[in-house]
Amino acid sequence: MKRFAQLIQQLELSNKTNDKIAALVNYFNHADDKDKVWVIALFTGKKPKRPIKSALLKYWAINITETPEWLFAESYANVGDLSETIALLLPPAENTSDFQLHKWVEDLHDLEGKDDETKKEFILSAWNKLETQERFIFNKLISGNFRIGVSNKMLVNALAKQSSLDSAQIMHSIMGKWNPYEITFHELINGIHVNTDNSWPYPFCLAYALEQEPEKLGDISEWQAEWKWDGIRGQIVKRNGELFIWSRGEELVTEQFPELHFMIDALPDGVVLDGEILAVQDKQVLSFSTLQQRLNRKTISKKQLEDAPIGFFVYDILEYEGKDFREEPLSLRRKILEGLIGGLAESPVMISPVINCHSWEELAKLRQTSRSINSEGIMLKKLTSHYHSGRKRGDWWKWKINPYTVDAVMIYAQKGSGRRANFFTDYTFAVRDGENLVTIAKAYSGLTDKEIKEVNAFVTRNAIEKFGPVRTVKPELVFEIAFEGIAESKRHKAGLALRFPRILRWRKDKKAEEINTLEDLRQLLQSTL
Amino acid sequence: MALIEFTKRGIYCKQGDFYIDPWWPVDYAVTTHGHSDHVRFGNKYYLCHTLTKPIIKRRISEDLNVETLEYGESIIRNGVNISFFPAGHIIGSAQVRLAYKGEICVISGDYKIEDDGITTPFEPVKCHFFVSESTFGLPVYKWQKQEVVFNGIKNWVSDNIIQQKTSVLIAYSLGKAQRLIKNLAGDTPIYVHNSIANLNEVIIDAGVKLPKTIRITPETTKDELQKGIVIVPPAMRDSRWIKNLTQPVTGICSGWMQVRAHRRWQSADAGFALSDHADWPGLMEAITATGAEKVYVTHGFTAAFSRFLNDAGIEAAEVLTRFGQEDDEESKVDLVDQNENK
Repeated sequence: MKRFAQLIQQLELSNKTNDKIAALVNYFNHADDKDKVWVIALFTGKKPKRPIKSALLKYWAINITETPEWLFAESYANVGDLSETIALLLPPAENTSDFQLHKWVEDLHDLEGKDDETKKEFILSAWNKLETQERFIFNKLISGNFRIGVSNKMLVNALAKQSSLDSAQIMHSIMGKWNPYEITFHELINGIHVNTDNSWPYPFCLAYALEQEPEKLGDISEWQAEWKWDGIRGQIVKRNGELFIWSRGEELVTEQFPELHFMIDALPDGVVLDGEILAVQDKQVLSFSTLQQRLNRKTISKKQLEDAPIGFFVYDILEYEGKDFREEPLSLRRKILEGLIGGLAESPVMISPVINCHSWEELAKLRQTSRSINSEGIMLKKLTSHYHSGRKRGDWWKWKINPYTVDAVMIYAQKGSGRRANFFTDYTFAVRDGENLVTIAKAYSGLTDKEIKEVNAFVTRNAIEKFGPVRTVKPELVFEIAFEGIAESKRHKAGLALRFPRILRWRKDKKAEEINTLEDLRQLLQSTL
Repeated sequence: MALIEFTKRGIYCKQGDFYIDPWWPVDYAVTTHGHSDHVRFGNKYYLCHTLTKPIIKRRISEDLNVETLEYGESIIRNGVNISFFPAGHIIGSAQVRLAYKGEICVISGDYKIEDDGITTPFEPVKCHFFVSESTFGLPVYKWQKQEVVFNGIKNWVSDNIIQQKTSVLIAYSLGKAQRLIKNLAGDTPIYVHNSIANLNEVIIDAGVKLPKTIRITPETTKDELQKGIVIVPPAMRDSRWIKNLTQPVTGICSGWMQVRAHRRWQSADAGFALSDHADWPGLMEAITATGAEKVYVTHGFTAAFSRFLNDAGIEAAEVLTRFGQEDDEESKVDLVDQNENK
């Protein structure tokens, strides 16, 4: 496992993409084939089943190091990662081990169903023959995710470079369904498993935000404009009599949306559709907060089915009659799509409409009305464009409407986790309600490292009270908070909740007296209902 | 406690009427070492170790009134016996031992247990009251032997030289820089920033042996630097000067680098867990060796560390420092360099 430990260290030490790819290529050039399969599995989130609960690992570590539980908690708060805290706390190993990564994974797998005593014996003996960095990885194999800044795209690029295979093909292969215990590295990257599997989705084609004037894109007649819907991006796959619904998180969500199951009869075999899962009633898109009632539920009640009916707005067709159509121009794909879906008139599956416009000016005006139909803005797709794998600049653009904003004051701060474990990076914001301040949002992103350090120093100096990890701070720092929507909420004291709040900028020019009021937000809420 | 009290100016000895490492100007400042959060401008008199004298004169002002002591030597001030013992933190760092009517109190300043090859090694001193730092007072901070860390740094440098990259080590100019120079000296030439070269001169003049280094001047070529080891203070870290070197890669040498989160936060290319502070076992070892009845815990993880000591049957109390509890080596580094830039 030393080689893998070294790879992780190299990946962590650099924040330059080229260095990371070089480290990955180097690894794939030298590592054992079985190990490589596991590295791909781990980096794409195909975790082996947990043979042991993290709570047990922690308990054993506390026991053998005789660390009081509260001191373990303090250490964990400083380190920000459970696997690493345990690795650092344990005494130096007395033995060494040359076991390779796959051997450890398999041995861990074999622990399944064994009693706790056997598991404990195995773990303790493993800890005693691994160096700190190896131990950390070993613990991660059991309990966590490898969040080391390697995106699927980066991994695929490295594999493509190392194997001289086409990157889209590799992306295809590793995104499908495969079993790391069975597949060989060669089979995996060559995609042997891909054709025989009915369910595999294609990588989504993603768009960059439009940061220039749309006029610079050329003549509007070369572009297809659509509404950008605010739901869950999804793919409907129909092959060999089976229907699968994938979400963008590479998750199979077929069971969650029974409204779409009729597609198994309505669609011919060999079809893959790209679209948006939305809450839809009478062909009108409902707000994201309505859709939210339907997400991540194991069971769905009759009431939820009635309150938040699901629809699927189709954007594109990727496969037709079993053939990959992604290299065909959008204009052709759209024609096929209209022929295929046009017939499903009275169903919850409909084609996302094209906005007919003759000038950018006209389109810009229409864009301003996006919110009235629960859209986030406009998508611009070149009529000649292919359906790319992942994000590619030039062919697809999202032209979102500007977010809502509110000026609020920071009243609580909490330390972050991971990389930011020792800085106050999670803030809670409040607006004015008469004489009082009432919290409206919690946000943590949007500041630069330098600003975080500055805010951190402020929190350290101006903490009023300490509730566990949370500090109450003097209400002084004003931030402009951007958000995508607003909804009534009984759970929040303010009576409303902001959707996707984030820090837009630090308003050093504003005083706490100048922030927005709760009344301002209530008015906004009324206007969106 | 009778012999010392914790005031807003710093640790004060009433019987002797002097302060130890005061934060605000006082008449008589007993100084544990030359880092700028321990010695400030504006005191009428300073008492420090012989090796610290030229350092603070250079860093603060040549006009300071400084008295000195060797390790083991003592003077009496208003009936209080003051003596110095090695703290092992940096060159000239001292633990201050106060004795008055049979009561002994030791203020350790910053300290480390491991012999770094250039600083007089730490010596435990028996006492009734012990003031300890707790910069790394959590059990996840356990240092590897410095040979292991230095081998890591040397391998990193060799790899960089082969790959046509320039190795830039970030280390504060007093203490860490000299430790690196001493332990990395060999076939690869070491290039140092002005502020480090200046301090090296002072230290060599005071009689400490340091391996040869080369002061970086406008004439130093990028090619020379690429084939050597470059050591610069933290203030230089994001500088244009570094960016303009041939494929620069930066390595930070600090105890915080033990933890991945800190390494990543620092956005350096490499992190080496090398500290001039005691690690957890070191703190425990030092405290046990003093046999103290009561321990006062200052900057670092004061709450956690004093709680642990109390639970272990060693009476301990938290003492707030000027910078509050969230202080760490970094803020110290920043202060040092602000002074250097003046």
